[in-house]
Amino acid sequence: ALAQTLGLGRAALPEEIAAWDVAVEPDGTGLPVGSGDVFTGEDLWVENCASCHGDFGEGAGAYPVIAGGEDTLTNRRPVKTVGSYWPYLSTVFDYVHRSMPFGNAQILSADDTYAIVAYILYSNAIVEDDFTLSNENFADVVMPNADGFYVDDRVETEFPIFVHDVCMSDCTAPVHITRRATDLQSTPEGAVTVFAPDRPSGVMDGAGAPEGGEGAAPAEAPV
Amino acid sequence: MTDLSDDDTHKPAGVSRRGFLRTASLAAGGAALGGAASAQQADPLITEVQDWASMTGEGVDATPYGLPIRFEDDVVRRTVSWLTADPISSINFTPIHALDGTITPQGCAFERHHSGAIELSKDDYRLMITGLVDRPLVFTWEDLQRFPRENHVYFCECAANSGMEWAGAQLNGAQFTHGMIHNMEYSGIPLRLLLEEAGVQAEGQWVFVEGADASSNGRSIPLEKAMDDVLVAFTANGEALRKEHGYPVRLVVPGWEGNMWVKWVRRIGVNHSAVEAREETSKYTDLMPDGRARKWTWEMDTKSVITSPSPQKPITHGSGPLVITGLAWSGRGLIDRVDVSLDGGVNWQPARLGTQGGRYALSRFYLEIDWDGSPMLLQSRAVDENGYVQPTKDALREIRGLNSVYHNNGIQTWAVYENGAVENVEVSS
Repeated sequence: ALAQTLGLGRAALPEEIAAWDVAVEPDGTGLPVGSGDVFTGEDLWVENCASCHGDFGEGAGAYPVIAGGEDTLTNRRPVKTVGSYWPYLSTVFDYVHRSMPFGNAQILSADDTYAIVAYILYSNAIVEDDFTLSNENFADVVMPNADGFYVDDRVETEFPIFVHDVCMSDCTAPVHITRRATDLQSTPEGAVTVFAPDRPSGVMDGAGAPEGGEGAAPAEAPV
Repeated sequence: MTDLSDDDTHKPAGVSRRGFLRTASLAAGGAALGGAASAQQADPLITEVQDWASMTGEGVDATPYGLPIRFEDDVVRRTVSWLTADPISSINFTPIHALDGTITPQGCAFERHHSGAIELSKDDYRLMITGLVDRPLVFTWEDLQRFPRENHVYFCECAANSGMEWAGAQLNGAQFTHGMIHNMEYSGIPLRLLLEEAGVQAEGQWVFVEGADASSNGRSIPLEKAMDDVLVAFTANGEALRKEHGYPVRLVVPGWEGNMWVKWVRRIGVNHSAVEAREETSKYTDLMPDGRARKWTWEMDTKSVITSPSPQKPITHGSGPLVITGLAWSGRGLIDRVDVSLDGGVNWQPARLGTQGGRYALSRFYLEIDWDGSPMLLQSRAVDENGYVQPTKDALREIRGLNSVYHNNGIQTWAVYENGAVENVEVSS
């Protein structure tokens, strides 16, 4: 499309583009030349990654779990890791290379990153311990959950249900309280002005303790 | 008002000594909180000359850039420490319970960072356009000031707003359940103009946008949206973006999940397909009951919440006239109407739109009632121009289960008790 331009900005130089455009796409587009093996990756992992993510990718503290969680995606508490959830290996390389280690990003060479990604694959039992990952064989690795995603279908699956005339009266049978936030006591101290110690009776009677009893803590923090 | 220095950490949430006394005074009719008109005796605030009516206030040279008066020091961003591993890749919450109208003051507008709020000067700022373009370009901040600009008001809602409520009522306050949102008037350049300057090639179907921070926050956006209404913005509510909101330049993606509003934006790559970056695979994908997940759930669905009364805004004035107010918004167009229920969704009445926001902006609604002092189960229900009616949480769970993390636009219920206290609850018939 030929649009009227203003002639603002200047040409980006090749070395500038190389410095900033480090994105890797699922088909391997953007991969740098290089390689790294599982054992090299293990050393780099222990040095740079294990303090937050555990020696085997099992996670430490509240930091993300990187390995494990196979067959948990339909569980009440799914464990979403590189092995159990991530669809593409390209994302692992790109993200580690670009944004990890947390607090000291962009210190890893291309070879370092290949090695760490190889170790992450090994931790997830996707490759053997003698595996070497490179730009040559990168596309051969298929992630376990590669087919686990589909494009947003809310317009097809939800709109037919949620587009309807509004009901204004007698829309449901009388309701009762089934869950109360104060049962969990997870709200920051001092944020709520008034606590309600006297729970009313009559129509407001609850159905007792929340089902499940474990409270409603999120399955994962939104990070 | 809430004293943020309260530190009774050995007591259950909300039952500090101060809070208990406050509750006791509420039960006694709220007179101790002030504001209750009494004609029993003359009011000394009227009959005695007060200092401020006699002496002087501050001079015009005292405050080159002002902050809110100290009495409003509870209207602040708050955090929930247990949500994340650290405060660097984390979230805080807009005090929507205490605001009115639709424009969010920038100083208390929520933050969400993945590697902290970085400091990037205009002099150090660069924006690069790369990929499938005729002319890869570098712009300075000065260059960007010379493009034609537009002004628009839009809401930015985190995809995870209300995400902690998927499995049940959890956090006791609208600030925490619905406060990952702000609404500002932006000035900026249509992204279309920058892409046209570089000359998008025919095979370019997506843009990949990333920030200057360590997390990068790269996201793929289809070219159609990029050429439509996406802005490259410099100012919000009239002044430069705040550091924490992307100074000096951020992306504004009307109606779409906040994660895509890339801050400190430094590169826009034009690609033939989506990059499938970490923030659109590991994160911002929505796990469904069959173990598969939706991806590219960009639009924020129609949603509303009553901001007052709410757990942080109890009724302190007793029965009689009561203003119920809240916010409504839709990532798919205009808000058409908002209805309010006092009985947990059995019966509804239309609220009044005090501000009907434009497309992809917050609307403010009001319903004035005469409260008889009996318990209520307050709900609000927004309807957008497509006829989409905001669903209940249960209706969403029926389709999505409990683990989709993001995009919870279910109807919120507040229980209002006889003493005026308010609690986050869920109800069922």
